[in-house]
Amino acid sequence: MNREKIEVLKRKFGSQILSLKEEKGEITLLVKLEGLKNLLKALRYDDEMAYDMLIDLCGVDYLGEDPRFEVVYLLRSLRDGDRLRIKVRLNEDQEIETVSDLWRAAEWLERETYDMFGIRFANHPDMRRILLPDDFNGHPLRKDFPAEGYDFDKPFEVKLEEES
Amino acid sequence: MGIEERELERNVLITSVEKLVNWGRKFSVWPLTFGLACCALEFIVAGSATVDMARFGSEVARPSPRQADLMLVAGTLTKKMAPMVKRIYEQMAEPKWVIAFGSCACTGGIFRSYNVVQGVDQIIPVDVYVPGCPPRPESFLAALIKLQKKIERETVRDRKLISAP
Ligand code: SF4
Repeated sequence: MNREKIEVLKRKFGSQILSLKEEKGEITLLVKLEGLKNLLKALRYDDEMAYDMLIDLCGVDYLGEDPRFEVVYLLRSLRDGDRLRIKVRLNEDQEIETVSDLWRAAEWLERETYDMFGIRFANHPDMRRILLPDDFNGHPLRKDFPAEGYDFDKPFEVKLEEES
Repeated sequence: MGIEERELERNVLITSVEKLVNWGRKFSVWPLTFGLACCALEFIVAGSATVDMARFGSEVARPSPRQADLMLVAGTLTKKMAPMVKRIYEQMAEPKWVIAFGSCACTGGIFRSYNVVQGVDQIIPVDVYVPGCPPRPESFLAALIKLQKKIERETVRDRKLISAP
């Protein structure tokens, strides 16, 4: 089932796929950043694809490489029961298009990726930090982030939100 | 205005009133039902039949900050959680005391990390520190007795100082 889908994908988006890897029955596609949204839209809505579930979305930091960051999408089709992994590389100054309009689950996952890596998602409805306090300095899952954080030696202050 | 301040104005029996009030307070330190991480389980055990903090006057843990006298900060305080803890502390009525229970609450413990507050005394005043990871429930009793000794020595002026903004 999965293989047929890959053939269709190759036909439709051949120019966009940088590499295709298969290991232990899992298929990983590395794709270009440009046009990523169209590809994901096709994966979500096309009848021959039907990847209707976003299992996870996360970031990876390859410090020292160019492009530095990678965003990984783990997709699953509930109809066919197969999975697909999409990877895309981008640099610090680049933005990536949100997929929260394709899969609602992406909204918080993208916020977490932004919180931890500082990867910005364009057109996201609510691009704020999700796990860390709003005034936090830095992005902790970056490889150059010290484990104690940048403000470790400064006294910690709490700001209570004003009651409205 | 507390009873002791009224008596102070009338200039009578100040030593004895203080003693009486402190004696009353020290055997009715009701803790707040509140916990942040693994250490909270030890606090739960402190209320169980084997340890039974009620023997020392901490009769029940109150679920509302308005009715509690003792805030037992048991567990890891993350930076995200800090505003809530501070708010709960401010909601408690005077007189109030704080025990930092466990290494995490005292100093951040094993978490020398970007997301953990390195000691709750950075955001609220602490009366008694209890080290250990986690401290045994008996340590809570020891801390409670220490706190009672502290309450015994308190004067009206101390209280005023603590409650100043
Ligand atoms: S001191 Fe140890 S047991 Fe207590 S909250 Fe911290 S890690 Fe958990």
